[in-house]
Amino acid sequence: MFNFFKAGKIFEISSRSTKYIFFLFIIVLTIGLTEALFLSPEDYKQSHSVRIMYVHVPAAWMALGIFSMMTFLSVGTFVFKNKNFFLISKSLAPSGFIFNIVALITGSIWGKPTWGTWWAWDARITSMLILALFYFMYLLSWRIIENKSNAIKISSLIIIVGAINVPIIKFSVNWWNTLHQGPSLKIMSDTTIHSSMLIPLGIMTAAFALFSLLIFLMKFNTEMIRIKNKGLDRL
Amino acid sequence: MVKKVKLRIVFLLALVLSIILSVFLILKSLEKDVVFFLSPTDIKNLEKIEQKKIRVGGMVKNQSIRINSNKINFIVTDFKNEINVSYSGSVPNLFSENKGVVAEGFLQDRNYLKAVKILAKHDENYMPPEVKEALGEK
Repeated sequence: MFNFFKAGKIFEISSRSTKYIFFLFIIVLTIGLTEALFLSPEDYKQSHSVRIMYVHVPAAWMALGIFSMMTFLSVGTFVFKNKNFFLISKSLAPSGFIFNIVALITGSIWGKPTWGTWWAWDARITSMLILALFYFMYLLSWRIIENKSNAIKISSLIIIVGAINVPIIKFSVNWWNTLHQGPSLKIMSDTTIHSSMLIPLGIMTAAFALFSLLIFLMKFNTEMIRIKNKGLDRL
Repeated sequence: MVKKVKLRIVFLLALVLSIILSVFLILKSLEKDVVFFLSPTDIKNLEKIEQKKIRVGGMVKNQSIRINSNKINFIVTDFKNEINVSYSGSVPNLFSENKGVVAEGFLQDRNYLKAVKILAKHDENYMPPEVKEALGEK
């Protein structure tokens, strides 16, 4: 059914492609940072502190995007007993977790000069912290559960339960009064970020996506090598 | 085999639905604590004023900021109702008239809040100063 996801084939490609992706990541990141830090204009209200947005927003998107991908993989693992999805999911988790932490930290750094506080228990920030805890639980579950088939089941359940939080994060700023501002990019209406700021935001998002892909491939290769060396769990 | 897949789907649906339901009920019953601030209208509709720290949010009314020495007075509005706020101390950079604000403090009555902390709220609009000027001229 899922022949395309045969682990051996993925390993063949992934072990060769990391260096190309690394170079591509460096190039895109350089362009993105130059745009974000030097070429893009300052904001009419926040002046230069708006530049934190070019790290904060893509990081938050990555954290949410990777968690959503892990949700689909976890459903595939739990319901259809797919033998490769859990490895992909396990390899995706670290970069998602890193970006979640980055989003929280940069948000805090951004909050101090603009809002006047490092931290507020508002719905958006708190739900994002809960997402980080779910990432943390998922990563820990692989370490503390000895029995492998149990680890696969429990870790995918953690992600599926945590996925309930994802729409809460998305809509938290619409459902409740929050200190965090509402969405700037909307599906149904015009975006409220000026195009000169939207371009660096897009490039930085591409750079972060490449970074996630890079970390994912490196993690995936390590997992594959571990399996090969053990001679167990032949896939 | 297929039967087991079905059972697992049913199990997942039951699990997810039960958690969604409980999270929904918890958030619903905690609504007044989940919201970060109350609007002036919410304050008007309060049943009684408690001696508890409370946050009021809205727009700083145009030309309502009065500064005498280190005391600052202004009006928070949600364009339906208003509330007077007094505060002494430094305010965040983004605090200004016609911009969002969250004031944390103690209600004296339905029209007056003694703030101990001021947070600036910023909106979802991002643009360079030149664009803002051009928009302002229209």
